[in-house]
Amino acid sequence: MSAPVRRFVTLFLVHAALLVGAAFILLPFVWMLATSIKPPEELFTAQLQILPDRFYGVENYRFALENAPLLRFALNGVIVCGGILVVQLLTSIPCAYALAKLRFPGRNLLMTLVLLGLCIPVQVPALPIYIGLAYTGLLNTYFSMMLPFFLSVFAIFLFRQFFRSFPDDIIHAARLDGMSEFEIVWRIVTPSAWPAIAAFSVFSIVAHWNDLYWPLIVISDIELATPPLGMLFFANAESGTNYGALMAAATILTAPLVIAFLFARRRFIQGITMTGVK
Amino acid sequence: MASAVAISAPRPTSRRQVLIEKLIGCGFVFPVCVLLLLLNIVPLGVLALLSFTDYQMGAVDFGFVGLDNFAKALGDPVFRRAVTNTLIYVAIVLPGSVVLGLFAAVLIHGRLGSRPFYEIVYFLPITTTIVAMAAVWQIVLHPGLGPVNAVLQRLGFEPVMFLSDPAFALPTLAVIGIWQLVGFNMILFLAGLSAIPRDLYEAAEIDGCGSPVDRFLTVTWPLLGPTTMFVIVTSSITSFKVFDTVVAMTKGGPMGSTEVLLYAIYLEGFQYFNSSYASVLTLIFLVFILIFAVIQTFVLDKRVHY
Repeated sequence: MSAPVRRFVTLFLVHAALLVGAAFILLPFVWMLATSIKPPEELFTAQLQILPDRFYGVENYRFALENAPLLRFALNGVIVCGGILVVQLLTSIPCAYALAKLRFPGRNLLMTLVLLGLCIPVQVPALPIYIGLAYTGLLNTYFSMMLPFFLSVFAIFLFRQFFRSFPDDIIHAARLDGMSEFEIVWRIVTPSAWPAIAAFSVFSIVAHWNDLYWPLIVISDIELATPPLGMLFFANAESGTNYGALMAAATILTAPLVIAFLFARRRFIQGITMTGVK
Repeated sequence: MASAVAISAPRPTSRRQVLIEKLIGCGFVFPVCVLLLLLNIVPLGVLALLSFTDYQMGAVDFGFVGLDNFAKALGDPVFRRAVTNTLIYVAIVLPGSVVLGLFAAVLIHGRLGSRPFYEIVYFLPITTTIVAMAAVWQIVLHPGLGPVNAVLQRLGFEPVMFLSDPAFALPTLAVIGIWQLVGFNMILFLAGLSAIPRDLYEAAEIDGCGSPVDRFLTVTWPLLGPTTMFVIVTSSITSFKVFDTVVAMTKGGPMGSTEVLLYAIYLEGFQYFNSSYASVLTLIFLVFILIFAVIQTFVLDKRVHY
């Protein structure tokens, strides 16, 4: 075989393997979209047909939107993710700055606790926090959904790493100019950490938009459900009856993050894979 | 880890400045300390305390029962099955997602024009709500209306009850677990691959490693060692925490074949309100996670020194 032919064959095999993998990954997405526009009578007769004979998308999406408060779920997702992210940033940025640049008693102890905290998934303190929320009558509130995530040791750890490389000279100069530490944190150091903050925000939003475990525990009021919990309610209510509408609902609830991902692919990949801590 | 904590902060000159810095430092970390106490330290204490009691959520009083809960957990067939199922799940997802992730990364690494396309496709499952995708998988694998069984039947096989046959349910969930994780691992491997200097490949070629397989075995694989260890540990933790697909697709069934550790904890703690027993199960869960975390710390340290 001549070199160009061999190169062509190699390239062909590589793409063939990658496309098989891609087909496996895309199969459920394609099927979700295809089923969401199929009429009920075609579901059992044309299992291998992607496009329907009769377009039924309008009816399926309308049924989904009318029978489940999907937009409400999405709004709840926005509220919960937004609330969590704002508190995470407000608490972790000053703390990370102090750990990186200030000397105060107990700093090493706090840093050790932060590192230990990295190992503890939310499922561990979940039960005591749940009991506490139940006794204070706070179950079934936005607050209860956000509370365990107000503290992000991961954010503290990440921002501290970032702040440590911030030049001390600039901080000294700012102090000499009469800036308070508060101003230094929020007006000088924080803007410089923009890439880390953006990456962490993506990580936080994706994690909490998709989180099922905690909302499932503290929320029983469907009006407060976030997208995964709402999807679970809807799937249980509609199971076996209306697959087209179920897929329409899945499409609507999956769309926001997928669209965001397509527009900001680099940011997303960077944010989610920044570390293996999930 | 301890050495990472000792860093050189600017040394303030006057005693007054030192005092101010201490006060400001304490003020800046105060909210985090409160949250740390409230959300991690106190709950861990409560968990440890509850595990020695017979407390049930809503009960007025409770007594100490020593190690009874631990003994019960060790002898509980349901719990033991949950641990076994979780480990089987990890044993399928871990090699599957790591090997396929590595394979995809090596193939994609050399692509220029098509790389963004493959990256988007393989990463797509990570950004999606798994409960929604679980509903889709249920239809895809449905014996009556799914394409997978339609293809099997065309090929002359009997339809497979992927989610209602006890022999198939857990492996099916594991395949979906691989589907979720493979793109994540691929991206980590791609980062590892781009850190390998190009001249090493040229040197290997001069030394007679001409074929792609030779190059992979002599250069890529040894240099990817640290990345691989890291991917293995994170994949173990992620797959060990399997929960969403179980809740959305099988609810532990059929016949307990997909009951996993987190689902068992969820049922005991938040459905049956056996708080004390759930505390014990949570502590056992924590022990498993800490084992992974210790390996991770060890691996991460090695990675830094690499």
